[in-house]
Amino acid sequence: MTGNGPAPRVRIRFSKHGKVRFTSHRDVARIWERALRRAGVAVAYTEGFSPRPKLSFGLALSTGHESQAEYLDVALRDAPGPDAVEQLPALLAPALPAGMEVQAATVLTPGAESLQQAVTSCTWYIEIGDVAPDEVAAGVARTLAATELPLTRSRKGHSVTDDVRPAILDVRVLGPVTEIVAPLAPRATALGTALEAELATQPRGLRPAELIEAIDPTWVVARVTRNHQWTQAGGARCEVIDLGPAATPPPHAEVRAS
Amino acid sequence: MSSVWSQLEPHLAGVSKPARYIGLELGAQRPSAPAGAVSWLLTYPDTYEIGLPNQGLQILYEIVNERDDAWAERSYAPWGDLEAVMRCERIPLFSVDTHRPAGDFDVLAFNLSAELTYTNLLNCVDLAGVPVRAAERRPEHPLVAAGGHCTYNPEPLAGFLDFVVLGDGEEVVSEITEVIAAWKASGRTEGSREALLRELSHVEGVYVPSMYEVDYDGPRIAAIRPRFPDVPERVEKRTIADLADWPYPRNQLVPLTEVVHDRLNVEVFRGCTRGCRFCQAGMITRPVRERPAEQVRTMVGEGLRRTGYDEVALTSLSTADFSGIEDVVRGIVDAPSACGQTSVSLPSLRVDAFTVGIAAQIQKARRTGLTFAPEAGTWRMRQIINKLIREEDLYGAVESAFSTGWRRVKLYFLTGLPSETDADTLGILDLARNCVEIGRRHTKGVTVKASVGGFVPKPFTPFQWFGQNTAEELGRKIGLLREGARSAKGVQLTWHDPKATLVEGLASRGDRRLGPVIEAVWRRGGTFQEWSEHFRVDLWLDALAEAGLDLEWYVYRHRTEDEVLPWAHLSAGLHQDFLWQDWQDALAEVGLPDCRWTPCYDCGACTGYGIEHVVASATAPAGGSQGTGQDLSTGGLRPGPVPVSLTPRSLVGARS
Repeated sequence: MTGNGPAPRVRIRFSKHGKVRFTSHRDVARIWERALRRAGVAVAYTEGFSPRPKLSFGLALSTGHESQAEYLDVALRDAPGPDAVEQLPALLAPALPAGMEVQAATVLTPGAESLQQAVTSCTWYIEIGDVAPDEVAAGVARTLAATELPLTRSRKGHSVTDDVRPAILDVRVLGPVTEIVAPLAPRATALGTALEAELATQPRGLRPAELIEAIDPTWVVARVTRNHQWTQAGGARCEVIDLGPAATPPPHAEVRAS
Repeated sequence: MSSVWSQLEPHLAGVSKPARYIGLELGAQRPSAPAGAVSWLLTYPDTYEIGLPNQGLQILYEIVNERDDAWAERSYAPWGDLEAVMRCERIPLFSVDTHRPAGDFDVLAFNLSAELTYTNLLNCVDLAGVPVRAAERRPEHPLVAAGGHCTYNPEPLAGFLDFVVLGDGEEVVSEITEVIAAWKASGRTEGSREALLRELSHVEGVYVPSMYEVDYDGPRIAAIRPRFPDVPERVEKRTIADLADWPYPRNQLVPLTEVVHDRLNVEVFRGCTRGCRFCQAGMITRPVRERPAEQVRTMVGEGLRRTGYDEVALTSLSTADFSGIEDVVRGIVDAPSACGQTSVSLPSLRVDAFTVGIAAQIQKARRTGLTFAPEAGTWRMRQIINKLIREEDLYGAVESAFSTGWRRVKLYFLTGLPSETDADTLGILDLARNCVEIGRRHTKGVTVKASVGGFVPKPFTPFQWFGQNTAEELGRKIGLLREGARSAKGVQLTWHDPKATLVEGLASRGDRRLGPVIEAVWRRGGTFQEWSEHFRVDLWLDALAEAGLDLEWYVYRHRTEDEVLPWAHLSAGLHQDFLWQDWQDALAEVGLPDCRWTPCYDCGACTGYGIEHVVASATAPAGGSQGTGQDLSTGGLRPGPVPVSLTPRSLVGARS
């Protein structure tokens, strides 16, 4: 045990693809609690009448979205050796369901910011069903040209209208998609358009579905993948845990675990 | 391999809780489906959250998948939003394991645990693309089967089920598989389905409804006859002799999404001989078969390690009765691997201080609430139902709970029991009030929740002859309790909808003539009747009236000893004269001690099948309680004459 000092923490980066993307944020928390116990990782628990494992997750991923870059922080009972952290991905692999894979783990320095504080923006891969690339490009251009973009969203049961334009850091059209996984109303075509968007997470984040609603409420969002979560270091943005250039696949090449 | 996944996937983002439909649980199997092997789709006719933890289904899932000549997958009733999509997009019912269409399986086997799921069973069969009526199925269609406690009276579903299994499924599932394998090998030719069913009727524990003819004499059943000489006159349940031979589930499923009873479950014994007269589970699962303590320890230890759960439930009908229960739970909690984080739950607490003592040991951390089931408010009533909890036992248990840190106690009660008077009903509040008072001596903010359910008489219990209280009468009794609870500080009252109790009663003791009623309710959209937001009593009453059937006849009427009950051709091993005598004893307010530790009453469960209780301890735990080794002359603390009689139906009507 580590006396009275703060528990040592590790940060884990993982992916979520395929069927398992239909689990909710809460489900993922439970999956992790069990996976860590199954793998024999000695997680620190909260004090009090209902001790809970000390896990903290970053920004919730909407049910149904995939991700290349999910994170969680795990407080440990004992300080891990350098090998232990390196071996963590391999140790956890058999304890996680198909479609969830640990990509990397690092030791957090004491006092490091929480994920919620540290992450300032995310990059999303978004497929729009049944809309041609030039039409999407026109909508995107309109949106980026706007100085103000009021959107009404519900917040704690109230409707709140605010300007979401500042949260849209970048949007670019990637091109056509030939196979769309979405319920398409007039099913004339199974084609669509892919785009990539960088959206701020602070002070109030913008979700991919909200971005699309702001561009054109008639568009149907099909697949959504979170490809990056960015934090600021020395005035530049950087991935919370960088996997290196070779490890980040192009947006079209995600593994489908189904 | 055919799969509906690609059809299903685009729609999942638009339905509630889509993780219910993806499978991927730890322990889930992806069978290779060898040619010629018999395929079972084990289906729970309610939502995934309710059905996934079902232990019976998980046990069969493993046993079938261990065979070379068979494989099994699982399915659950899709919620209404997904069902609408499935019907619109022509997506059939599917397995969650590989998303294979249900119609591709040889057997659709349903677990029937509750009457209000019957319409869901029809809905699942229909979603599978299989004719709901058994008579309309052809050789290419799957066989539709059912097991579980409700199958002790499957007659309301007789027209929809090809075969039914009574009792423990561990052994018989293999025997059935072999008969079906032979049929498959013979090519499932035109007309062969009836021959197969006749063959299945020879398997002990298997009931094939279509092999029996029911003769009526007006509303009465005159006789239930096998249609062929080789079909047994009476179908006996199956009982496994020794639970130690069946350490299942070995790989309990761990779901990715939230379900009920989301923890490791280890069955410590099957069967119960407490003899509570209202309790069908206790009657039909006899005799008692304990799992060896060493095997329990192994299953708990390995189960926790494999699943990553931090909670284990030791399940049975009365876990405090397990021989050496204290040692077992202490062993689990104190295991070094538990790191002080493993909690044990005993889903069925006995009402005594001994039990609370165990609970105190194992719930060091999360001391939120304790639940007891005195079931009735007065000693007289508890003698009638043979739940021999003395008032001092309850108060001792509650005292012990409140003095060791618990602040909430929940008490389960039934109302509408045989010969129940208003004084008995109101006794529920007296008990609850006294429990609050005891609690206040220890801590201020105590609450006692009294949960009241309407009593439904069940087949193969001594109360199978009893006329259920009308919905109006149950409503009146609940009204009395609500009125009284208003001035009872600290007592919170919750109750079950009397109209739902009514429909449960209809299905519980109904006969084949109810088939069209169930079908009509289903056709009009009456699914998920267990869910109060979906329950529609009007659908049931309308369908009953259209079928020309009488609620009074099916639900409210007392039965006579000579009546041919709809389940007369089935047997749970209990002698009819034992049950009738026990019914008479009930009316005479005579309690019956537990036969595990006292002489045999010859109920028939052991002698009939040549098996015995498997109990490690020759004496009742902790010197006994609830009718074992106690002085039962003062159980009420308030002795006094109370009228003893069945309340006549006419009087009930006049009062309501």
